[in-house]
Amino acid sequence: MAVSGVALLLFVVAHMVGNLKVFLGPESMDGYGRWLRSIGSALLGNEGVLWVLRIGLVVMIVLHMTAAIQLARRARAARPESYRARRPVQGSYAARTMRWGGVIIVLFVVYHLLDLTVGVLNPHGVHGEIYRNVTADFQLWYVTLAYTVAVLALGLHIRHGIWSALQTLGVSSARVVQTAALGFAVFICVGYLSVPFAVFFGLVR
Amino acid sequence: MRLTLRIWRQSTKDDGRLVDYRLDDVSEDMSFLEVLDVLNEELILAGDEPVAFDHDCREGICGMCGMMINGVAHGPERATTACQLHMRHFADGATITVEPWRAKPFPVVRDLVVDRSALDRIIEAGGYISAPTGSAPDAHAVAVPKPDADTAFESAACIGCGACVAACPNGSGMLFTAAKITHLGVLPQGQPERDSRVLDMVRAHDDLGFGGCTNTGECTAVCPKGVPLDSIGRLNRDLLRASLRPRR
Repeated sequence: MAVSGVALLLFVVAHMVGNLKVFLGPESMDGYGRWLRSIGSALLGNEGVLWVLRIGLVVMIVLHMTAAIQLARRARAARPESYRARRPVQGSYAARTMRWGGVIIVLFVVYHLLDLTVGVLNPHGVHGEIYRNVTADFQLWYVTLAYTVAVLALGLHIRHGIWSALQTLGVSSARVVQTAALGFAVFICVGYLSVPFAVFFGLVR
Repeated sequence: MRLTLRIWRQSTKDDGRLVDYRLDDVSEDMSFLEVLDVLNEELILAGDEPVAFDHDCREGICGMCGMMINGVAHGPERATTACQLHMRHFADGATITVEPWRAKPFPVVRDLVVDRSALDRIIEAGGYISAPTGSAPDAHAVAVPKPDADTAFESAACIGCGACVAACPNGSGMLFTAAKITHLGVLPQGQPERDSRVLDMVRAHDDLGFGGCTNTGECTAVCPKGVPLDSIGRLNRDLLRASLRPRR
């Protein structure tokens, strides 16, 4: 759980850096897309390295979900009879919403791939014109809303995930790690939300 | 105070159910267990079966009492056992739901009494040090730095009440296990068996049917002794290290 989570988090950070290129204009954004496809093309051909990374990501997602399902099944077996009265949260809200939050994120990733990778759900949907695709998306209020909900779910997931992963890997200073995880989650949320909101409010056209 | 107690009643034969009991003259200075005592006197006079619940010292140090009070282990007050919880923390006219700890390794014996010997099985797996008995050694024979002694004591304060398991959404006993790992793991006396202790105790914990820890922090929030979550990080560190080293 922790190790696959850390790998996925590294992807999330790299993805965010790429997103922010939208503020540098269409050339920077589309050029970044071309560069991504061309990494290592001398060795593995165009998109070769990209596919290696994509397969690695899918493997990590499968491992992450497998571990989550195992934990959920153990939890259900450990409490066959539930409480009649239960005050839900004494600890952290983010921790309590990890499982359903994860489901929301997976569903979003499917939509996101169809929207901006495959392009079939994108209002512009022209391959390689990343900047135009993105700006076409976030002029629509419901697309912006969907992305906002997903990013906030991701933020909650990361807020508990970072600290829980570090605790699993043996770091034992809960308060410091929890504060750092919260800061990082806010950083990720702001980074990801800046793009849809900038487009929606007309700062990026 | 007038109260309605909605209490889980279960004999060995049936599946159990919640039963309402009205109490019209409860003092706000009573402890929660004293209210149950008053109820039981009334039940006995009426010829009914009294409510079975565990208790012993009633000073918050033995770990015998423990029940879910309005869905929170040991009730609404932090760092407080059920026996030290006073009725002034409840509103007049309130309905209070009382249930036993619920976990697969804690079968209900009767009403609010559960069998917590699974915790003893975890301790038996490694929660001890092997030392020759005889006359007690001098207290200063082995030097322990004060910060280590404090960390050990924080975890040694665990009274084994089982609230961490009861509160955990995963039904995990990791805080209990980690408290003993931390208590012995930071002291010099605990070093020789440090690796085998963590491996054996975690395996016993998992084999007994406790759930896996997801660091939700529900456990430490209800722990009457405030055993910190840091102890679980220590357990994980020891577990990782012991797993990577060849077993001696």
